[in-house]
Amino acid sequence: MQSLPFQPEQASSIAGSVDQLYFFLTAITLFFTVLIFSIILYFMIKYRRRSPDERPRAIDGSLPLEVLWTAIPTLIVAVIFVWSSLLYFRNSEAPKGSMEIFVTGKQWMWKVEHPEGQREINEVHVPLGRPVKLTMTSEDVIHDFFVPAFRVKKDVLPGRYTSLWFTATKVGTFHLFCAQYCGAFHAGMIGSIIVQEPDEYERWLAGGAPGESMEAAGAKVFQASGCSTCHTPDGAGLGPSLLGVYGNPVKLVGGETVMADDAYMRESILLPKAKIVLGYTPIMPSFQGQLTEEQLNNVLAYLRALGKSQPKPKEEGKQ
Amino acid sequence: MAHQFEDLDQQHEADTLGIWLFLVTEIMFFGGVFAAYAIYRWLYFAAFAGGSHILDIKLGAANTIVLLGSSLTMVLAVRSAQVGNRRALILFLVATMILGGVFLGVKAYEYNQKFVEHVVPSLDWAPEGEALKLLAPGGLDHAQLYFFFYFAMTGLHAIHMIIGMGLLLWLVLRARKDDFTPHYFAPVEVVGLYWHFVDIVWIFLFPLLYLIGGRY
Amino acid sequence: MSTATLEPRVHAPRNYLNADYGWKSWLFTLDHKRIALLYMVSVSFFFIVGGSFAVLMRIHLTEPQGALVQPETYNKLFTLHGVVMIFFFLIPSIPAVLGNFLVPLMVGARDLAFPKLNLLSWYIYIVGGLFTLYSAIAGGVDTGWTFYTPYSSTYSNTQVTAVAIGVFITGFSSILTGLNFIVTIHKMRAPGLTWFRMPLFLWAMYATSIIMVLGTPVLAITLFLLALEHLFHVGIFSPALGGDPLLFQHLFWFYSHPAVYIMILPAMGVVSEIIACFSRKRIFGYKIVAFSSVAIAVLGFLVWGHHMFVTGQSVYAGLIFSMLSFLVAIPSAIKVFNWTSTLYKGSISYEAPMLYALGFIGLFTMGGLTGLFLASLATDVHLNGTYFIVAHFHYIMVGGAVMGYLGGIHFWWPKISGRLYPNLWAGIAAVIIFIGFNLTFFPQFILGYLGMPRRYAFYPAEFQVLNVMSSAGATVLGVGYLIPLVYLIWSMRYGPIADANPWGATGLEWTTSSPPPTENFAEIPVVTEEAYAYGPVEGIGD
Repeated sequence: MQSLPFQPEQASSIAGSVDQLYFFLTAITLFFTVLIFSIILYFMIKYRRRSPDERPRAIDGSLPLEVLWTAIPTLIVAVIFVWSSLLYFRNSEAPKGSMEIFVTGKQWMWKVEHPEGQREINEVHVPLGRPVKLTMTSEDVIHDFFVPAFRVKKDVLPGRYTSLWFTATKVGTFHLFCAQYCGAFHAGMIGSIIVQEPDEYERWLAGGAPGESMEAAGAKVFQASGCSTCHTPDGAGLGPSLLGVYGNPVKLVGGETVMADDAYMRESILLPKAKIVLGYTPIMPSFQGQLTEEQLNNVLAYLRALGKSQPKPKEEGKQ
Repeated sequence: MAHQFEDLDQQHEADTLGIWLFLVTEIMFFGGVFAAYAIYRWLYFAAFAGGSHILDIKLGAANTIVLLGSSLTMVLAVRSAQVGNRRALILFLVATMILGGVFLGVKAYEYNQKFVEHVVPSLDWAPEGEALKLLAPGGLDHAQLYFFFYFAMTGLHAIHMIIGMGLLLWLVLRARKDDFTPHYFAPVEVVGLYWHFVDIVWIFLFPLLYLIGGRY
Repeated sequence: MSTATLEPRVHAPRNYLNADYGWKSWLFTLDHKRIALLYMVSVSFFFIVGGSFAVLMRIHLTEPQGALVQPETYNKLFTLHGVVMIFFFLIPSIPAVLGNFLVPLMVGARDLAFPKLNLLSWYIYIVGGLFTLYSAIAGGVDTGWTFYTPYSSTYSNTQVTAVAIGVFITGFSSILTGLNFIVTIHKMRAPGLTWFRMPLFLWAMYATSIIMVLGTPVLAITLFLLALEHLFHVGIFSPALGGDPLLFQHLFWFYSHPAVYIMILPAMGVVSEIIACFSRKRIFGYKIVAFSSVAIAVLGFLVWGHHMFVTGQSVYAGLIFSMLSFLVAIPSAIKVFNWTSTLYKGSISYEAPMLYALGFIGLFTMGGLTGLFLASLATDVHLNGTYFIVAHFHYIMVGGAVMGYLGGIHFWWPKISGRLYPNLWAGIAAVIIFIGFNLTFFPQFILGYLGMPRRYAFYPAEFQVLNVMSSAGATVLGVGYLIPLVYLIWSMRYGPIADANPWGATGLEWTTSSPPPTENFAEIPVVTEEAYAYGPVEGIGD
């Protein structure tokens, strides 16, 4: 769609629908502003004081009018609410099979890591037409990942993961802004989203320093930090096997069942005593302060990969 | 009677509404820190329970009795004012102050104990021995959060008590000057309500801080 | 004739201004009217301080790389602009100046319920202001007026504790004012003044006071915890030690959202009074307008999460806060329709107060409607953290609240000072302010939609044209604000003497002299009429 002069580019699959709602809201605003302004102007002229002794009759009110101008705005906001909420809901979950990219915000730069291991600073190369999910965390204060052309935005918080997703629909370079004040160079924490044709993206990915994939790096951390000692694949070690765990429900001591998502994985590494898997004891040490955010991201990528593997057949709980 | 009022009744009603409104603001004030406490206790129950077990439950319980007693003497002070018994009024006000002083004294001792045990967040945090055994299972960082709430909440409460003591002293001085009659003793009532409120806050603080995880 | 009985015209009649002289009679006064003037001088001072920061900011933003200061300094400017304008101008302005002056007069009492608490509240305000000024002079604060953690608690090395103490202290000024108003309105109404005979300004003050009393303490405890965290780094808001930075946001916005209704409800009350007087008509739908004020106060406590839609909070929480945020807009819309209907078949005159009131309705309507963009989840995702937000709240706070304050000052100036000001200059200033305001802030809606984030000390060059437009508008607005300062001060010495009721308005405050005597009324009035009894009433249509 051709952009209006005061409209940012529409470069994502949702930009059009967000703009539609925006224009509807603009139309409502314009309508009521013009309505009120005109009526007031009209009354101001028509009922201007003509003589100093004028004593207009008071009109106490009108219940029908009150009902009318309560009902109509309520109806209008109800329409906006439903429309907006549906749109928001639909945009909130990344489609299955999205390409996963890790983003770490830190004062005052964006560190990006592709699953294949490609690293970028303040730039994110993405292929056209493919849903991309960003898993984000901060190393220090709260930041915010904002791409106006995609109409997406999400706060980036220390100590936890947030995510956003988009499907780029235009090739080109688009602004990336930090949109949550984060200190002296908040205004400088900007970058670009570079959308490329799929084959050009593959070429970009392959080019540059051959690095190892995040999964491979994560496997190395998993080994070096001693995780593999207890978390053996057969589940016969001191800790549960991690095959087929990520993305599936986990039964805990105490009867609760939780989803093994990013937050659960992170918590299990940093605060292992918070949730104990059924059949195991709280003996895992915490790795708080021992792994950098980057290492944690790599381990997470590895755990996600393990999650896709078939779990070993269920065995009795080990003591 | 103050000049802006039509009669003593109006003044009394205004004073009463005023103090109740003020107590509502106090509820909102403490409410904020109680809400934060509730969230962290829900998140880190083990750490909170561990921290709670370090507190001296006997001292806490004794202090609760002392404060309840002080509310009794306060109510008796108000009653004395109501019937115009100046001597009893002063006596009960002083008794309330003494009991308040006992409470604060015990509190000071407890605070000192925390330094002895090195469980003061940021200033002297190095739990060892028994304390370490109790705190380690829940995580030392989260235990520090518990003690932060301990000091913040009991500290705020103590500040309110000290202000209350000041108000009681003011009442004693005014009572000695014969300021109060059975028709005018609003300041005694107002301070009484304030004192009861501070007492009620402690009634909440005691179980929330001292009795987590059950071990009576 | 006996010279003993004839008083020379040289001496003005006894009123609260000349009842006593000397600085002690002002600094130790218990007269609500004098306290109102103490506040008027202080809030004007802080308006100039906060406004100066804004001027510096707008000059700086004329160039993409920043024209005036280092980024660190710019960050301190926008922080202190926000802190000073919100806590030291907007929140006290109408309640502490006009409310203090008018509430006892409007209820027909000799003073507020607690005059000593009233004076105390001014001193508390001043002490809080001094702490804040200290924080500005001793290096400034760069966290934004929202003090988000962990930046403010762990990372910023600016005067966070000092400003937190300053705002904490000033909060008690708010609380005491609100407490005073609630008790006065409940217990000290003159005989015959039932709730539904009260002027709508009193309803607005009452609703505002409820928010002040219930909300401000939560800000107090939040700042207290923030200061402790900044000093002792215990981790209550810091994830490294198990704390939750979003907890701060919930606690902060629980007060700060209702705070915006503290800032707008009084202005709405002023507008009701002015519209009624300058149309010579009872406000259409009086009871509905009264109830709407209370509804806004109540609903205002339930919507704070709309400041946190992009924080990663649950989608369901977002849905609930979005729905409630839409609902809170409805009573405001109802008020706008009722004010407009009051003009119908009225007898309208255009003195300066009316120009401000009509300007308020227009700008508040625009600002309020742009709030819908932000209550709407899908569009808020795009607009949050951008200049759209800045434009939205300035339309309401400046286009709304400040114009309401100026309108009220102009309406009640004859009562407060006993003088009239030149209406031509007042009208010119009102128009200049209206135009300058729109030039300053309308471009910011577009900047926001285009994606320019807020709190940026420098920005991509493509945003320059709109920034320069906005800064140019700010110059006009600044000139507009200076004009009333000049003629109002001029009028105190040289303005024509005002009689008791120069506008022909209804309301008890106009039945006493201009300025009123210290005791307000020779005898406590008895009220027999409905509010706004300008003309024959057509029939109770409620």
